[in-house]
Amino acid sequence: MPTVVTRILLSLLLLLSLAAHAGDAQDFVTANPAKQASLLERWSAAPDAARLPLLEALQQGRVAADSAKTAFIETAGNYQAAEGEAQPLDTPKKLRLNNRLRGLIATAVASHQLLVDDPVLRLAAAQQLQKSAKPAQLQLLNAQVASETDDAVRDALTLALANLQLVDSDLAVRLAAVRLLGETGDPLARTRLETLLDPAVESDPTVRTAAETSLAQVKRKLLIGELLGQAFSGLSLGSILLLAALGLAITFGLLGVINMAHGEMLMLGAYSTYMVQVLFQRFAPEALALYPLVALPVAFFVTAAIGMALERTVIRHLYGRPLETLLATWGISLILIQLVRVIFGAQNVEVANPYWLSGGIQVLPNLVLPYNRIVIIGFALFVVVLTWLLLNKTRLGLNVRAVTQNRNMAACCGVPTGRVDMLAFGLGSGIAGLGGVALSQIGNVGPDLGQSYIIDSFLVVVLGGVGQLAGSVMAAFGLGIANKILEPQIGAVLGKILILALIILFIQKRPQGLFALKGRVID
Amino acid sequence: MQRRNLIKAFTLTASIAAMGMTWTVQAAETIKVGILHSLSGTMAISETSLKDMALMTIDEINAKGGVNGKQLEAVVVDPASNWPLFAEKGRQLLTQDKVDVVFGCWTSVSRKSVLPVFEELNGLLFYPVQYEGEEMSPNVFYTGAAPNQQAIPAVEYLMSEDGGAAKRYFLLGTDYVYPRTTNKILRAFLISKGVAEKDIEEVYTPFGHSDYQTIVANIKKFSAGGKTAVISTVNGDSNVPFYKELANQGLEATDVPVVAFSVGEEELRGIDTKPLVGHLAAWNYFQSVENPVNTEFVAKWKAYAKAKNLPGADKAVTNDPMEATYVGINMWAQAVEKAGTTEVDKVREALYGQTFAAPSGYTLTMDKTNHHLHKPVMIGEIQEDGQFSVVWETSSPVRAQPWSPFIEGNDKKPDYAVKSN
Amino acid sequence: MTMPMNQTLLARASAKLGPQASMAIGLLVLAVLLAMPLLHLLPADNALHVSAYSLTLVGKILCYCIVALALDLVWGYAGLLSLGHGLFFALGGYAMGMYLMREAAGDGLPAFMSFLAWTELPWYWYGTSNFLWALCLVVLAPGLLALVFGFFAFRSRIKGVYFSIMTQALTFAGMLLFFRNETGFGGNNGFTNFRTILGFDITSAHTRAVLFLATVVLLVASLYLGWRLARSKFGRVLTALRDAENRLMFCGYDPRGYKLFIWVLSAVLCGLAGALYVPQVGIINPSEMSPTNSIEAAVWVALGGRGTLIGPLLGAGLVNGMKSWFTVAFPEYWLFALGFLFIVVTLFLPKGVIGLLRRKSS
Repeated sequence: MPTVVTRILLSLLLLLSLAAHAGDAQDFVTANPAKQASLLERWSAAPDAARLPLLEALQQGRVAADSAKTAFIETAGNYQAAEGEAQPLDTPKKLRLNNRLRGLIATAVASHQLLVDDPVLRLAAAQQLQKSAKPAQLQLLNAQVASETDDAVRDALTLALANLQLVDSDLAVRLAAVRLLGETGDPLARTRLETLLDPAVESDPTVRTAAETSLAQVKRKLLIGELLGQAFSGLSLGSILLLAALGLAITFGLLGVINMAHGEMLMLGAYSTYMVQVLFQRFAPEALALYPLVALPVAFFVTAAIGMALERTVIRHLYGRPLETLLATWGISLILIQLVRVIFGAQNVEVANPYWLSGGIQVLPNLVLPYNRIVIIGFALFVVVLTWLLLNKTRLGLNVRAVTQNRNMAACCGVPTGRVDMLAFGLGSGIAGLGGVALSQIGNVGPDLGQSYIIDSFLVVVLGGVGQLAGSVMAAFGLGIANKILEPQIGAVLGKILILALIILFIQKRPQGLFALKGRVID
Repeated sequence: MQRRNLIKAFTLTASIAAMGMTWTVQAAETIKVGILHSLSGTMAISETSLKDMALMTIDEINAKGGVNGKQLEAVVVDPASNWPLFAEKGRQLLTQDKVDVVFGCWTSVSRKSVLPVFEELNGLLFYPVQYEGEEMSPNVFYTGAAPNQQAIPAVEYLMSEDGGAAKRYFLLGTDYVYPRTTNKILRAFLISKGVAEKDIEEVYTPFGHSDYQTIVANIKKFSAGGKTAVISTVNGDSNVPFYKELANQGLEATDVPVVAFSVGEEELRGIDTKPLVGHLAAWNYFQSVENPVNTEFVAKWKAYAKAKNLPGADKAVTNDPMEATYVGINMWAQAVEKAGTTEVDKVREALYGQTFAAPSGYTLTMDKTNHHLHKPVMIGEIQEDGQFSVVWETSSPVRAQPWSPFIEGNDKKPDYAVKSN
Repeated sequence: MTMPMNQTLLARASAKLGPQASMAIGLLVLAVLLAMPLLHLLPADNALHVSAYSLTLVGKILCYCIVALALDLVWGYAGLLSLGHGLFFALGGYAMGMYLMREAAGDGLPAFMSFLAWTELPWYWYGTSNFLWALCLVVLAPGLLALVFGFFAFRSRIKGVYFSIMTQALTFAGMLLFFRNETGFGGNNGFTNFRTILGFDITSAHTRAVLFLATVVLLVASLYLGWRLARSKFGRVLTALRDAENRLMFCGYDPRGYKLFIWVLSAVLCGLAGALYVPQVGIINPSEMSPTNSIEAAVWVALGGRGTLIGPLLGAGLVNGMKSWFTVAFPEYWLFALGFLFIVVTLFLPKGVIGLLRRKSS
């Protein structure tokens, strides 16, 4: 060990004397990728607080070089010499990095951040090092653990150190490290411990036994994370199916229109989101993050208006002839798809997640819950409650239910059936528009968006029982969860086929769906 | 007054007659070129821009005086992403419209659908998209990449120190022939390089799959076992949900790089690329390559998109299949000049060994026997602006191996084009 | 613009001349259809020569006509809207395709299999090199599937949209299954590159003419069958079933057998149409099973006029003819025309095109 250190030190001295005229930034800029990598490794092992700005600039891709290979750091469009007072000869070009260098930079930044005052940054740095610390950093980590004042940071550092100590020459150190790893739920710890089970790697039986115990512990924790993850993804898929199908539950379920254009309402909702985003980018870039909130009412009213217009011009004439609505709405769907294709182009358009819908929350080491999915689950429930309230607690809802149950009787009682039909169809389309806003945050926004959801939507509504809001909710979540349980076992393709087969079988058992309307009506 | 009117009327009639005559002369003297790309249906997303690129290239050739002194006349049809319709439209172009060459198709199944028609009628088809190989028809010229011109170099890069020296490979694809074949070839290649079976995972999703939660979770789990790279042959439309899920579950390119074979500039237009920086794609051309030919090519395309008022013209991009279309049409025009005729058999002969200075910055050669282009391979990293920066490229164009040596029995296949029936 | 012109001409003609004239027009159409393959055999420079393009195009449309007719038997007469008839069509096509692939492969395995490194045929491929067995499969595959599905569906009394959506789920599942390479049907590439049928070159004019004639014969036969069914007591029970199933049951009829029979018959007709379709267009692939194709078939029927025998044929012919023409004439805008057509027909021609013709003539 000491010989290695002295060799490193010697080569360091040698390099320093060779490149005495230049600073770190200059060294880095002039080096080739392989040399840059070794520079970074060296820097990570021997951090220097003064180097941090350079490394951070590298991490953010702000380091550039002019034609004379002088290093510059860009800040808000201005280039400043990384070292000295040089002026750029021409517009400097950003340095090109590859993934390997980016990884090494992250490690280097982390080891430099161990030296900063802010304990939050130090904690993040220690966590990064748990993943990526290199054997050369052993000394550094040892020293940092000894001098660390913050408990949380010290614990994190100890863990990072333990990863390196698994191959320590001292038996007691190894044993302690193995035991410590057992307390984490880190997927990486599992692999590390598994390698120790091999007698060729770990010669000592006590360490091997300890590794086995720790491994069992880690596996248990990982399993919990996995199961939670599956449950969450099932819920998330269910919420998406629900949002896609909810509008159809009204237009098809209540009004009886076989609405093949439902998918296109989803698509128009997603395109409304895109338009709102574009307007924000142009006129209020500072408030861009809020665009999904504004998109919600916009999408609702745009699709509701289109829905109402369609109802007045086409569908109104077809009540009581449900199968013919299929034909007309199929035509509408073709026209809407091609219209969007002509206006926006056949390609997908970009709808970006705002920062508060990007990334995820790390619940367990192997479980990240993406924010957009969490928000969508909440949103789906919100829309369901809203729809339920609208249908059951308002006058409009009362009228809608009256008209759908018995049109003639409702008309006799003075319900303006035409108006109610229009509003109900608008409501269904508007809710589909809201679904479109949500779908734009997880998938692509293109002219064919609706086509990919239409079959699933019909299945959800039919499985739940036509005309039953609660049925649709149950069916959506049921399908979502069943799908996510099957997928890891037999793969996505067979899983989907099996689900379809199960639905067909289920309908044999309950020909009216989950929640059949109880009644004695007969034709 | 009257006389003047009479003269006016006379000159008008004369000029109209003259116009009509020149028009008829021109109409008789054009060379008809068929364009067979879906403009509606699921494939419109990819193929529409190829139709526009073909029209631009034809305009450009016409502006230079046409081919053999004749103007080119494009015949555009819409096979509507419907495979039997491809065969029908192909036959229509060749027998009813009597075109001399067809540029078209994107999916392999569409090419397979028209292939018997082209072989029966001895037509000429230029196919501009990367594909799985396993085909070499005398009536088709393939200007996209064969697997050894895209997939294998990409994996070699991932194995290299700069590419992250990956030890484990997660092969993810949409369940259809191109991903299956490519993965089969890659698996054989990886094993020949000493990668163990347990370090290769192959996963497929159905067409139009949009829920990648389980798969991304599996990638994460798999990657805990050692440095992992994902090789994605996910079909165009499913990429957006895949990449979004990847970013939101916190899987970054530094941990697990994804190299994609079906994601180009056009696909990235529909994705917010900020969280994707560092993920890779392998192609034979990127819009960002710097050379005079490409600068001109990109500028021409942008100007064309603006002039024709194409949707999204302000963000028009070029990509690999568009370049392949451009190269294909130009090479065909050169071959027709060389042959002095549009007769298929003579043009085919003239195409062998034809060269063209392509926007990729290389002079591409049509192989003397195997109907494929020699192409350079480039690995690009996704940048924040939706472009790629080239991190690695071959030193010279690579010859295509449509019959991959990694598939059993291919060593017996001839290295020249033979009719399949 | 030729289409509407023809229609009005046709309508006017039949208005003037009455039902006998309609009969005459029908015979004329039949005569033209029978003459087409013969004219195809003429040398290409003859003025009367019918090109291979026209022949395959019309042949394809005739296959679609059979599908429309089959769908009309279950939808128009028995009131069961199937959104999954594409599945039966494709199964028949695949059965024929298996034979053609074996024929093309000779003694070896079909190309896509040797490529998957399979060394022997999967069990369901056995015997497919025999044309007669392939013909049996053409009938059996869709027939058995329809029998099993129908038996359970009708036993559980699944009706209306539930039935439609279930058939849609069925064809969707079938499509996903056939997309898989491992299923053994060539994945999404399906079957192409056929060479011979019963030893005859599939691209030769004679083979084309025979296939075309077979299609015409099948169409006429199914028309006759439909006509006989519609006139029989069986047909009247079916109509009663469509209009008031419960009342029919109270009268002592068990509707299950009736439904099942017509359902399986319709599936078999689709299978046969598929089997004739594949050698004429030269490709079969899982996208034939995509739900949109089956919806389109329903659209043909509704457009032509359901509950009649001629209506579906008109609908299939009209939509597909327009499609072929529009996709060349206005490639970017043809979907608008098609979409508007569907809306206009449902709004103003509730009985389909045939309704319009009848109104004009009465």
